[in-house]
Amino acid sequence: MCVCPGPRRIGIPVRSSSLPLFSDAMPAPTQLFFPLIRNCELSRLYGTACYCHHRHLCCPSSYVPQSHLRYAPHPAYATFCRPKENWWQYSQGRRYVSTPQKFYLTPPQVNSILKANEYSFKVPEFDGKNVSSVLGFDSNQLPANAPIEDRRSAATCLQTRGMLLGVFDGHAGCACSQAVSERLFYYIAVSLLPHETLLEIENAVESGRALLPILQWHKHPNDYFSKEASKLYFNSLRTYWQELIDLNTGESDDIDVKEALINAFKRLDNDISLEAQVGDPNSFLNYLVLRVAFSGATACVAHVDGVNLHVANTGDSRAMLGVQEEDGSWSAVTLSNDHNAQNESELERLKLEHPKNEAKSVVKQDRLLGLLMPFRAFGDVKFKWSIDLQKRVIESGPDQLNDNEYTKFIPPNYYTPPYLTAEPEVIYHRLRPQDKFLILATDGLWETMHRQDVVRIVGEYLTGMHHQQPIAVGGYKVTLGQMHGLLTERRAKMSSVFEDQNAATHLIRHAVGNNEFGTVDHERLSKMLSLPEELARMYRDDITIIVVQFNSHVVGAYQNQEQ
Amino acid sequence: MFYRLLSVVQRQRTSRGWQNWSSARSGASAAEAHSVALPAQAQVVICGGGIMGTSVAYHLSKLGWKDIVLLEQGRLAAGSTRFCAGIISTARHLSIEQKMADYSNRLYQQLEQETGIQTGYTRTGSIFLAQTQDRLISLKRINSRLNVIGIPSEIISPKKVAELHPLLNVHDLAGAMHVPEDAVVSSADVALALASAASQNGVQIYDRTSVVHVMTKKGEVTGVETDKGQIECQYFVNCAGQWAYELGLSNEEPISIPLHACEHFYLLTRPLETPLQSNTPNIVDADGRIYIRNWQGGILSGGFEKTPKPIFTEGKNQLEIHNLQEDWDHFEPLLSSLLRRMPDLETLEIVKLVNCPETFTPDMRCIMGESPLVKGYYVLAGMNSAGLSFGGGAGRYLAEWMVDGYPSENVWELDLKRFGALQSSRTFLRHRVMEVMPLLYDLKVPRWDFQTGRQLRTSPLYDRLDAQGARWMEKHGFERPKYFVPPGKDLLALEQSKTFYKPDWFDIVESEVKCCKEAVCVIDMSSFTKFEITSTGDQALETLQYLFSNDLDVPVGHIVHTGMLNEGGGYENDCSIARLNKRSFFMISPTDQQVHCWAWLKKHMRLDSDLILEDVTWKYTALNLIGPRAVDVLSELSYAPITPDHFPSLFCKEMSVGYANGIRVMSMTHTGEPGFMLYIPIEYALHVYNEVMSVGQKYGIRNAGYYALRSLRIEKFFAFWGQDLNTLTTPLECGRESRVKLDKGVDFIGREALLQQRQNGVYKRLAMFVLDDHDTDLDLWPWWGEPIYRNGLYAGKTTSSAYSYTLERHVCLGFVHHFSENTGEEQVVTADFVNRGEYEIDIAGQRFQAKARLYPVASLYTHKRRKEDVELSDLHGK
Repeated sequence: MCVCPGPRRIGIPVRSSSLPLFSDAMPAPTQLFFPLIRNCELSRLYGTACYCHHRHLCCPSSYVPQSHLRYAPHPAYATFCRPKENWWQYSQGRRYVSTPQKFYLTPPQVNSILKANEYSFKVPEFDGKNVSSVLGFDSNQLPANAPIEDRRSAATCLQTRGMLLGVFDGHAGCACSQAVSERLFYYIAVSLLPHETLLEIENAVESGRALLPILQWHKHPNDYFSKEASKLYFNSLRTYWQELIDLNTGESDDIDVKEALINAFKRLDNDISLEAQVGDPNSFLNYLVLRVAFSGATACVAHVDGVNLHVANTGDSRAMLGVQEEDGSWSAVTLSNDHNAQNESELERLKLEHPKNEAKSVVKQDRLLGLLMPFRAFGDVKFKWSIDLQKRVIESGPDQLNDNEYTKFIPPNYYTPPYLTAEPEVIYHRLRPQDKFLILATDGLWETMHRQDVVRIVGEYLTGMHHQQPIAVGGYKVTLGQMHGLLTERRAKMSSVFEDQNAATHLIRHAVGNNEFGTVDHERLSKMLSLPEELARMYRDDITIIVVQFNSHVVGAYQNQEQ
Repeated sequence: MFYRLLSVVQRQRTSRGWQNWSSARSGASAAEAHSVALPAQAQVVICGGGIMGTSVAYHLSKLGWKDIVLLEQGRLAAGSTRFCAGIISTARHLSIEQKMADYSNRLYQQLEQETGIQTGYTRTGSIFLAQTQDRLISLKRINSRLNVIGIPSEIISPKKVAELHPLLNVHDLAGAMHVPEDAVVSSADVALALASAASQNGVQIYDRTSVVHVMTKKGEVTGVETDKGQIECQYFVNCAGQWAYELGLSNEEPISIPLHACEHFYLLTRPLETPLQSNTPNIVDADGRIYIRNWQGGILSGGFEKTPKPIFTEGKNQLEIHNLQEDWDHFEPLLSSLLRRMPDLETLEIVKLVNCPETFTPDMRCIMGESPLVKGYYVLAGMNSAGLSFGGGAGRYLAEWMVDGYPSENVWELDLKRFGALQSSRTFLRHRVMEVMPLLYDLKVPRWDFQTGRQLRTSPLYDRLDAQGARWMEKHGFERPKYFVPPGKDLLALEQSKTFYKPDWFDIVESEVKCCKEAVCVIDMSSFTKFEITSTGDQALETLQYLFSNDLDVPVGHIVHTGMLNEGGGYENDCSIARLNKRSFFMISPTDQQVHCWAWLKKHMRLDSDLILEDVTWKYTALNLIGPRAVDVLSELSYAPITPDHFPSLFCKEMSVGYANGIRVMSMTHTGEPGFMLYIPIEYALHVYNEVMSVGQKYGIRNAGYYALRSLRIEKFFAFWGQDLNTLTTPLECGRESRVKLDKGVDFIGREALLQQRQNGVYKRLAMFVLDDHDTDLDLWPWWGEPIYRNGLYAGKTTSSAYSYTLERHVCLGFVHHFSENTGEEQVVTADFVNRGEYEIDIAGQRFQAKARLYPVASLYTHKRRKEDVELSDLHGK
């Protein structure tokens, strides 16, 4: 069995729109999955080429994106390390036998790739006044997987105040991240709704009246919702609010946002698990709910209401607050904790949750059971269900599931499930006027850039135009030559800012194209973006970014009001 | 901010600020600036104490008008005048501009002597650099025109440039033009000197006095309302610079003075280690978009950047005035250009970047003249950052205009009346000046068009024609087709098609012209100005007979070509008038006559309920059917006999075309070719066009544009008003005696002058020049304004030109003068004199032999195809 041992297995190059169930699976089984896949030839080619990549990818000196999930650890590969350039030439040679010369994307081509998924939303102003503490947000994503496994969501709560924004990083396919991106905000919004509103909605459903809208979505045209599962999802959601109605006597409507977030996360994960266990008579839906449950997703969600900012995080995406100090410089405040092996308290938690004799096996090579990088996630029932349950569901499931090596594979040392939870860690922050923006991004960004650089780049971008003070000669002695040098430098800086109308795009440009001096290098950017999609994942992970801009005036006004 | 800077500088240099002058003046003149109340009345009130206002005051007082009040809202010689870079440059594209600048130069030179006020006048000369061959051609064209009006200039090599200016990098130059008599001067001091001289002549000057608005009654100026009280006056002169537009709008009946300000930057440096000589030549590097002059041993350098910053779109705005700061980032391209041109300046220390808004107009020419709406309301503004160069000359012409009724030169190109109401939109102005400002230093090739402010006035057929490949030019805001690009044929991109040589549309226009000659073409000519004059009795005829030089008492249905002359016999307008019936006339004039002709008629006609003048330009779409088969198309569409017997030339009939009734069909084409003009009520335009095109199919009909028209009319020696004819040319000077009713005993404006001219002979004569040894493919093309040499001596300038596809030669129209060899005095020009000369046309310094003709080439009218020349391709549809 060709179990690919690298940090990241090669995904088969899937260009078809049909979603691979587990694109993390090995080439061989997936070809069984998709006998009609267009790039059979290519993928076979990569079946042989991949060892070479992996040798390189294990190289500790060069940056390599880490996958969330892998099958089996194999420590031996570091010895085969080769410099990146060698590999590049090698792969070029293989990939483009007939055209050995390098090709570069032109700046407009680069821009069209970078901007393909960008989205901006400005909170509308009324009477020239924007009463929301959020000015708007920019978001964007750059795929490395094909199709991309990251998802993003943004919506305004209509029945309560506040705005929800979230990034979701899927693994073992995009089914789970897709489902979570569609459903989680409804669960949160429902959790936040006062008893009366819930009753009103339920009555409306019952009597067939028009429903109160709950969320106003802010979606890029590429962000889709599953039509087929809509009914199923709605029924689960309705069950949830019915239970909320039953539980709540309607006496105290003092809803705690933190609690609501935690409940919503847990409930959704529970529903995902239940739906997969129950199945669906519709075979497509049945397959879908199974795919959702067997794949996984992390989530990092922010809820902004006035000066109250809650960040609920499950997994290793991150929320970062951009704070402008009095001297104009930028500093980063992290508003989430990564749930992975780098987090001591997570390690501690896992050890406490399982018997002592598992202490060594529960986290191996910085992965949960030696397999999974994030220690908390939606879906991933392989780490949650008992072995019995897993076997039962797979056996009764559709053939595709049965034939899949990955789903059948039971993690080693699997004694006391569940090993994984979707329960988020919620951090509350009270916004201050100096808090200018919040960045939510999947680990694809944080792996490539230090948080301090991220905040500085966004901060300079957002304020750039106002902040680049006009030069005045004043009484100083300045020569024409000095002035010219200064101006040329400023212009170079400006032009890279002006290229992007979207802070997230600007950040991606830096994340992918930054050279060792911290400036965007077009050649590098062009190389990175022209990687064939089968190879892109070797050099970078999916990147999804949302930059939320706060309205300092409104935040300041809140503050004064309360003083 | 920068106010202080320059005034400090000035005091250092000449120790002559406004304060000094003010006290000096109070001794000389009784008018004490602030303490004395305004006079209750004056003949003339001038608003604006910059170089324009003071120049007008100066010249008016020289011409003998004494009762003049000049008002300035701030201090004299502030505003753009104070911050002007101080360069007097005579190298201009228009002859009238060259003359104004030349006069200014001579005026400023002697001003110090006349007034005793130091103006800092220093003759430095200017060098215009050419980085490209095309730029060099452009300079050569200017050079040959400068020489013939007596301004010395020469084309020099890069090596010579390096000798003239030690700091210049000349390695990338193709050549340069040296104008040795250009100068620098302190513009503020010039304005003060002019004001001082004017005040000695009796002009009263009041500063810190703002004009609120101008009072009018029955279309005449009656007085001025200021913040210090009212002044009754007959004449008002708006010299308010960048505020002229707002001041015009403040009137009860708003007056549109289309101009708009843009920020303009220039740099001042400390002196060089070895300070520059005070007579170091000024440098204009138009390809680098900069100018450079010596400034107190250092450098003053500014330019006209590609991305201007328009300002004051919404009028005077304190916030914007405050924000007028040095914008180094904006200046960066110009600074790079400067350092490329003068690399040694790297170590030179900066004093200041000055930001001084300059005013620009929609067509890059200044604005002068009387408002078409209010009698006595004169304007002089919109100098496109050449205020100092034009100041003297422009002030003089305006003063002449006010005193004599007309200036001594033809200033139509600068006349306020060339604009209509359509140019008064703030949005239009803002967009257009953003194009105009960079255009000052852009290369201007024959037949360039503005790109902004387009598609404003269009014919109802615009979309149809556009879809068929029309390329458009604009006249007076109206879109007119230049030519039609056949499907599948690509023309060069706009930038690449800029050439002084054979243009890329040559073949396209050729096929259109050929079709006009052999089959039939349609040209949409809706832009022409159309008036209707109707009366209850004979008033219309009587009035028109007096206003127009040709006899209009013709049978109903006849069309008369006639001039509308001024007292001097010069053409104010050249038009065709159709007598629709006994009491109404239909008048067709050039497109840009809409405002001018209207104003002229209003001024000279006593309009009342019995005599009605109506502008019907917008009511009719005009289609010109040109070609021998036009008659076939039309007869098929109208079922009416259109043979020459029934429909002779220059005849007008109302008839139906297709389903549409009431189409005015006129048997003329403005080209001398056979054919018809159809004046179609606009709602029928599309129908008639469609019918014409579908019926015309079998006669080989196709669309054509104005370039074909131009070629046809110039080869037939048809002169057009505004290009060939102007207010200083008479019918006798262009061989149109037959169009004047001198011997019919009917009086008309200009008759006296013409009679006299007939007796004394004319001093210039319009002639047609056919270029003999000109290679169309390889030689530079003529445009207009090329000097004409007769027997080696300068004899005049061309006014328009076109390639004649029939003669297979270039044809230029132009006036032949007879300058005495000894005295330079103008002498009578006879037909014999014209015919006996050997002619050369100077195109950018290269002379081409030409044959002069006083009458069109006869063979053009009898052009017939010989049987043996017919070939199969003639059977193809055109």
